Amino acid sequence: MGKEYRIPSGLTLMKAMEYAGYRYTRGAGCRAGFCGACATIYRLKDDYKLKSALACQTTVDDGMYLVQLPFTPANKKKYDMENLNIAHNALLKEYPEIARCISCNSCTKVCPQELKVMDYVQASLRGDIEKAADLSFDCVQCGLCAFRCPAEITQYHVGQLARRLNGKFVTPKALHTEEAVVKLNSGVSKQEISKLKVLKLDEIKELYKKRSIE
Amino acid sequence: MKLIKGYPESMRESIEKVEKTREKRLKEKYNQMSLEERDDVLNKFHPDYKPEVKRTLSAGPSKGEIVPSEVADLIESYPLISEKDIDISNIDYDVDLLIIGGGGAGTMAGIWAAYEGIDPDDILMTTKLRHGDSNSIMAQGGIQAADKANDAPEIHYLDVIGGGHFANDPELVEALVSDGPAIIKWFEGKGVMFDKQKDGTMITIHGGGTSRKRMHSAKDYTGMELLRVIRDEFINLSIPAVEFSPAIELLMDDKGQVAGAVLFNIETHQYYVVRAKATVMATGGFGRLHIQGFPTTNHYGATADGLAMAYRCGARLRDMDSVQYHPTGAAFPEQIVGLLITEKVRGLGAQPLDKNGEMFVHPLEPRDVESAAFIKECYGTGGGVETPTGMQGVWLDSPMIDMIKGEGVTERELSAMYRMFKRFDINMVEDPILVFPTLHYQNGGVVIDANGATEIKGLFAGGEVTGGVHGKNRLMGNSLLDYSVFGKRAGISAARYAKKASIGKLTLSHVTKYSEQLRKAGAPESRKSPMILPEYRGKNVLSRAIDIF
Repeated sequence: MGKEYRIPSGLTLMKAMEYAGYRYTRGAGCRAGFCGACATIYRLKDDYKLKSALACQTTVDDGMYLVQLPFTPANKKKYDMENLNIAHNALLKEYPEIARCISCNSCTKVCPQELKVMDYVQASLRGDIEKAADLSFDCVQCGLCAFRCPAEITQYHVGQLARRLNGKFVTPKALHTEEAVVKLNSGVSKQEISKLKVLKLDEIKELYKKRSIE
Repeated sequence: MKLIKGYPESMRESIEKVEKTREKRLKEKYNQMSLEERDDVLNKFHPDYKPEVKRTLSAGPSKGEIVPSEVADLIESYPLISEKDIDISNIDYDVDLLIIGGGGAGTMAGIWAAYEGIDPDDILMTTKLRHGDSNSIMAQGGIQAADKANDAPEIHYLDVIGGGHFANDPELVEALVSDGPAIIKWFEGKGVMFDKQKDGTMITIHGGGTSRKRMHSAKDYTGMELLRVIRDEFINLSIPAVEFSPAIELLMDDKGQVAGAVLFNIETHQYYVVRAKATVMATGGFGRLHIQGFPTTNHYGATADGLAMAYRCGARLRDMDSVQYHPTGAAFPEQIVGLLITEKVRGLGAQPLDKNGEMFVHPLEPRDVESAAFIKECYGTGGGVETPTGMQGVWLDSPMIDMIKGEGVTERELSAMYRMFKRFDINMVEDPILVFPTLHYQNGGVVIDANGATEIKGLFAGGEVTGGVHGKNRLMGNSLLDYSVFGKRAGISAARYAKKASIGKLTLSHVTKYSEQLRKAGAPESRKSPMILPEYRGKNVLSRAIDIF
């Protein structure tokens, strides 16, 4: 930012910025490593490497020189999940630019979640939905991969589609959930709950105390 | 300060004691408290049971209700805008449905309103930060639903009511538990990657206060996985969302209906007028008000704006006297104090221990009871572990998880937690982690019916901004179900209402009237709300800051 600040050691980048007087409007969300709003790139003194982090999860270092990228412009494809064809590599069809991957591994290096981003892009290219879904699962969609990619791929959107395809088409359905919905429609639970709803306070307390824990 | 694998020497000594008792504890069974024992520890040690930290509301539809002082300050405050500042005749957005809030409930409301036949172009979502920035995305442990053979909605019902101290609205609880299985099926059909066995059976575990294993999860990123999917679905439906533009006041019409809102662009400081036939309030809770000075697990924007705005329109609040402190917030290291350690850690087998490595409470009591027991241990019986900054905490013996469930389970099923601690050189597979209660959830909120309608025409609500579903205490995994069920129901109800509604002349007179009530009650004029964002800037900076715009 071109200005020098003295900050107590141990503060996260986010808290350090606030200590220095900056109020976040962009670049802060959950403040706990789950939302990806605080993607940050920085350099350390006398080090040529461009590093990356989530500002809420990384502590300040001497001579740190940083900028935040609250989002990376990236177009998300719009699709109807019901009409996607996984037999004909829906990932490649929706995001043909994954074929431009030059395996430079920049995406993997920049990922603050330490995901193997390039590997899931390659899995997507092969049509291996399960692998792409698994490798991308912990993605917080901060967009740093898309920002660094020389092939202009929006990796985190590809991973999103891979996971949805995996959840919907690849993993077996939970039959007990299906059965529970059918059972509910029979109305038995409705009757049972109607009985509970009219109980007096003492009566329902007794029932609660006596309930079996399995 | 010298750290050995993340911990200072003083804490290492206590960890050695924890290691020594581990074999013994693996075999022991610890009993849950009776209702009487629960009441006793709550009354003596739960922060929410101290009368001096609360006061009665002095104006508005819930006048006389007891709420935390921080909430009273927010509710008894004057609007940021007045009728003469704003030209509400100049409409920027004219829509059928306005959704305020871009978290779980708001996103579900948008999707289901579109399914109900409202043209996406006639819907507008507005969010304070980005679409998805919310407590919903931070939820870790899971979502409850009674969909296993040994379970049923009526059993879930009893758990919810008991956990909520029998103060819940039965109609809302019925809606919550009855919609559960279909919601899980819907999520599965949309491609949510739930934790499953190879044959598709959902892996479910206990949460505090549950009588069946009905907690469905997606590792410890459950909230993120659900929200990623519904946000993707919302975008696929082409529903417009305006980001970085929180609502700062609801608009009404001359027929007494809620009829839209005034939005504020937090970067350009421009205001926008939205006219809407129906409005869904989905702004979440109050964690960032830091009730009683507690740290919080909550999102940056969780400043209870919706409560303040809905109240001025005449919406009643309920159960606002009850605040949820999550028993396991991080207590060490300092950088992550207050951040959530999911209840799933205990669900998978980690035990809470004192400084001598002894268990002092069952790991899965309801949250308020567990929290009170932790506070008792730290400040009542002196069994807490002190950190270098003087904070007290109790151990959560996370290495037990791999010992009970098998090697690699922690890294696989708690990857977010594992990663969070690893960033500070602590390996939770090898060493226990230190925890202390942290402000987590707004149990009460705006009164709604089972269809997500408030008592004010045109205003619907879902999610944490509402009250009644959880009574005086929410069980783990019921908030994701809550926003799913009531976000959906509010979206559908609002869509049906919008199809028939006609809007009269827009007005902000309700705000003027409420301000008059406040003046009569003697509320200081300096108080303004909504807060929009909490203030974390350094005192030195603020002392020399000037506002020249």
